[in-house]
Amino acid sequence: MTQHIDSVKTYATVWVVLLFLTALTTAVAHVDLGAFSVVVALTIAVIKMLLVALFFMHVRHSNQLTKLVVLGGLLWLAILIVFTLADVFTRGWLSVPGK
Amino acid sequence: MASEAHVETLALREQFDTAAQQKDASTLGMWIFLLTEIMFFGGMFMMYTVYRAVYPNVFGLASSTLDEVIGAVNTAVLLCSSFTMVLAVRGAQLGKRRTVMLFLVLTIVLGLVFLGVKGFEWNQKFQEHHVPGPSFHLEGTALQGQAQLFFSLYFAMTGLHAVHMVIGCGIMLFLLWKTYQGTYTAEYYTPIDMGGLYWHFVDVIWIFLFPLLYLIDRHLK
Repeated sequence: MTQHIDSVKTYATVWVVLLFLTALTTAVAHVDLGAFSVVVALTIAVIKMLLVALFFMHVRHSNQLTKLVVLGGLLWLAILIVFTLADVFTRGWLSVPGK
Repeated sequence: MASEAHVETLALREQFDTAAQQKDASTLGMWIFLLTEIMFFGGMFMMYTVYRAVYPNVFGLASSTLDEVIGAVNTAVLLCSSFTMVLAVRGAQLGKRRTVMLFLVLTIVLGLVFLGVKGFEWNQKFQEHHVPGPSFHLEGTALQGQAQLFFSLYFAMTGLHAVHMVIGCGIMLFLLWKTYQGTYTAEYYTPIDMGGLYWHFVDVIWIFLFPLLYLIDRHLK
């Protein structure tokens, strides 16, 4: 069995970066970025998710099948959100700009 | 095929050819379970997205009543618990029983700290009349129904997350007990590994809940 044991230093680095990103997302929320606020917040959240998944959940050492299943899960979530929004936003319930 | 029969151990059950195959099967099964969890929470994130798009102003106002410093500190507590969890798994990989026990205890303690802070926040909501129901009142808006919608989502999402934390602490206690008994070795520590995957998953959910619930339109306050 090919087993990868990461160093404590690797984990500690990821941990510190995660804490920094938490402080960053809290601080940047107080800056007026208009509609980009949510984009920045979600981008930071996705980066944190990737750090946790790749390092703490060992996805980067996982086999191809596991990686495919993880990607498949995110794809399914995207289908749920994108298709529902496509429905809701085209029914005229919302005040969509330019409509 | 009698010649291929092997002595059954925890790391290599009869139905598997190799220990690596058994480990891969466990990992795959755990991830499939986590995908069902993603879709479970996904429905709530979906509902949140739609209603935030429909009522952006009230969601911003309601979100600003949450204490983002407490939220950020609690996020940090959870990230620390993920760090101790991964060190517990690392200890298991090296077969260091006492290290595993130490970090499992730290993970449980940090998990309980998170739940304690969460309980403190919920209690505040009751005192501020920010709990959906007959006595609900949010200052600064006439749209009380929309404001209740935000807090309904807040309680449903943080509540479901907290339930997962409680279950996670239970799993950690079980792993702690089994580690104490000496069940796990460097050859077989799959339950600790899978428990870790669950704990990190719950952490990832909170990583998204924190900015989505606490940090909407902060600059307007």
